Amino acid sequence: MATVSADSSLPDVAPAEDLRGQGAVRRVLGGAIRTRRGQIGAGLTLLVLAIAFLGPVIPHGSATKFDAPPFSKPGNLGAGLLGTDALGRDVLSRVLDGGWILIVLAVLATLLTIVIGALLGINAAYRRGFVEGLTMRGVDVVLAMPQLVFVLLMLSVIGPKRWLLVLAVGLSQAPQTARVIYAAAQDVCERDYVKAVAVWGVPPRTVLRRHVLPSLITPLMVEAGLRLAFSIILIAGLSFLGLGTRPPNPDWGVMINENRLGLGTNYWGVLAPAILLALLSVGTNMFADAIARANLGENRSEQAVIASAGGTGSEA
Amino acid sequence: MPRAASTEATAGAALEVSDLSVVMERSRIPVVADVSFAVPAGHVMGLVGESGSGKSTVGLALLGYVRRGLEIATGRVSLGDCEVLELEGSAQRQARGRLVSYVPQDPASGLNPAMRLGTQLHEAIAIHDDVLDDGETVQDRATRLLEEVDLPTTKAFRRSYPHQTSGGQQQRIGIAMAFSCRPRLVVLDEPTTGLDVTTQRHVLDTVRELTRSHHTTAVYVSHDLPVVAGIADETAVMYAGKIIEWATASALFSQPRHPYTRGLLNAAPTPDRATVLVGIEGQPPRPGQWPKGCSFAARCPRAQDDCREAEPALARLESERLVRCIHPLGSGEEAAATPTDAVAHAKVEGRGNLEVEGLTAHYGAKEVLHDVDLAIKPGACLAVVGESGSGKTTLARCLVGLHANWSGDARVDGQPIAPPASKRSDEQRRLVQYVFQNPHASLNPRMSVAENVEEPLRHFERLGWRERRAKVLDTLEVVALGRDFADRMPGQLSGGERQRVAVARALIVEPELVICDEITSALDVSVQALLVEQVRRLQHERGLTALFITHNLSVVRSIAQEVIVLEQGAVVERGATDTIMERPEHPYTKQLINDLPRFAEAAPAG
Repeated sequence: MATVSADSSLPDVAPAEDLRGQGAVRRVLGGAIRTRRGQIGAGLTLLVLAIAFLGPVIPHGSATKFDAPPFSKPGNLGAGLLGTDALGRDVLSRVLDGGWILIVLAVLATLLTIVIGALLGINAAYRRGFVEGLTMRGVDVVLAMPQLVFVLLMLSVIGPKRWLLVLAVGLSQAPQTARVIYAAAQDVCERDYVKAVAVWGVPPRTVLRRHVLPSLITPLMVEAGLRLAFSIILIAGLSFLGLGTRPPNPDWGVMINENRLGLGTNYWGVLAPAILLALLSVGTNMFADAIARANLGENRSEQAVIASAGGTGSEA
Repeated sequence: MPRAASTEATAGAALEVSDLSVVMERSRIPVVADVSFAVPAGHVMGLVGESGSGKSTVGLALLGYVRRGLEIATGRVSLGDCEVLELEGSAQRQARGRLVSYVPQDPASGLNPAMRLGTQLHEAIAIHDDVLDDGETVQDRATRLLEEVDLPTTKAFRRSYPHQTSGGQQQRIGIAMAFSCRPRLVVLDEPTTGLDVTTQRHVLDTVRELTRSHHTTAVYVSHDLPVVAGIADETAVMYAGKIIEWATASALFSQPRHPYTRGLLNAAPTPDRATVLVGIEGQPPRPGQWPKGCSFAARCPRAQDDCREAEPALARLESERLVRCIHPLGSGEEAAATPTDAVAHAKVEGRGNLEVEGLTAHYGAKEVLHDVDLAIKPGACLAVVGESGSGKTTLARCLVGLHANWSGDARVDGQPIAPPASKRSDEQRRLVQYVFQNPHASLNPRMSVAENVEEPLRHFERLGWRERRAKVLDTLEVVALGRDFADRMPGQLSGGERQRVAVARALIVEPELVICDEITSALDVSVQALLVEQVRRLQHERGLTALFITHNLSVVRSIAQEVIVLEQGAVVERGATDTIMERPEHPYTKQLINDLPRFAEAAPAG
């Protein structure tokens, strides 16, 4: 093992490509996927995504037509693998058809949350002063209002429309993201390499884009995972309340609402969509958690041990 | 279980370490290997080495402790009649504090911030039951300890929290706690790094006093050679996880025999005369990459073919000296330090003169700089010296525009500069460049070396990709890094290399004034020497004007023509470097120079 003789000037830390800005997303995800937690999280998420997006393509019966008497158990005459729902429609078909729209809406809402939250948070952290005060007090005000109430308010004023659903869910979560990113960005903005650039008179927008944002990839991805889980639950909840997808179209949230009366007879009508929603939330949450742990130094590699054993000298 | 060490005369015990090696838990790669030494009872052994040499790992291993991910593979550590590494469980717990104890580098992290100092001190004493002398209470012992380390014994002081005390006081509390149970062995891991020279002097005196009066055996781990010279009886030098030279301190520092030790001494600046600092190029092999021959061969000026063939053993060269080298320096071979001509070379033709008059700066309502005047002639180097809290870094940050809350008149080339950088012209921002203290924080870790260096160029000049690249490569060569560094990431570089990248980033826009804020304080001496010489060479070649901010008076002697001394935000003395170093007038300057650790203090063993 101690036979490497010549090239001692080239320490073998992670390959250069992995540390670059472009490779940062890949590095962050890669770190997470190597952990057991990340593998389980990614597995659960992919499983549910596969059911939701491949479901409509898999040949199955109609999701809206009468199939067998309401709340028929699986195995009853004419009933499918998961029985029928409150109106006698096939639960399996509705599960297969009712997931993708929910997930698409949740992803869009999450994107909106992250973009708005990150912009607000980074700007407030870097510009300080008036902008900071205004943004963060605004965030406080919105945070003081229960999220669901905020969304319900918007939806009941304008009416249940899909774009509004995305907008309302996205906006309602942006303050949380702004808070988290603001805290993380405050630390980055204080770093010397950011100050060095600012001293040259580089405009703030460039500083933020080139130097601050790339250093925030880890918290942003953790935040995205968390917000996705929340968005799914929120949108499913809104569907449950009748403000999301409208009947007779299938939707996992709507299904839980429609079929809860039949829990005693055919529990699959509630259980199947509920389990899938739970798995998706747990999966994205676990993956986000794995990202955070992998990049905040919990699962330290031997390379890190070398570095720490080597120490960084007299940095007092 | 060891005997209760109740009487002080028997407190110390000879320390014997043999064949100690520490490996990584999983890969079994050695981090420290083949470490053997003996310290007579009551002696202080210095363990010196640069960062990554394994000196701290050895220090901790003496206590039977290793950092997470490491493991003690082989070796014996015996202390009198006790085998430290064989203790386990409660016996080991009992031994820590009683038999062996430890003083960490950072006093603040060694103390619980939420507990009163008195409580922590009492706890350290009361945790073992039979450490007290007959009729002595915990209270009595605490009072005595506080007296011994020269701290107030008042109730008010005992009731204070760590944050209410200074760094030096915190470190002395740490030392008092380490000595509280009269251990046989105390390991001190860089206890004075991060302290000002005067405080350092007090802490060193305390340590020496305590080890003498209690006859305690001590191992003093440090990278700071003059400090070790002043306190140690014997000294071992570590390089790449192994001891490469061991001798009495006076012999080692006056006449090193291993080329690496010689190199370290040549690199260390001295306050007594201006010398050319000779650094050691390259970096030590990392664990897992140790060569089969001598690990220093790649950087050694005396290396021959047989050095690379087989690993030399630690051999006895004289009765009191062990050296791990096939071709050691002769006993009479004295590499005389070259006096520097820094003072003579102040060029006149450079531009970039800086004049500051009546600069007063505030943090909030607090005035931190009072009416500071200074002037640098073009091409000259002015050093600003002061202890922590003297306002020297604030001064630099004011001049460069990072700290905007100041008033006064500052002119670069006759043009007044506005306090915040955002209100200055691009030309002004280009003329004055700043090099940060910590090279680990000042480079963007997600950009390659070339991208970091060209960042200011993107802003100040409109150049095509090809021209930028050419300029980056040229500048990297100016700081002696070479073109192949361009595409590496900062994470792959050593501290010294990173700092050179930071210097290159400042130079690429061709400034006239460079403000260097403690640029060598995070670096090892061998690297510091390279960087200081580099800055000096750049000044000569380019007529650069430099403002060199430092707490290290020894370095000042080798680089600056003029010095101003800051105390509590006010200039207390100014003048030519030689005059100030040899005939300081102000009591504060006198004290600073007096308290500097010097090699000449190496005490004869015994």
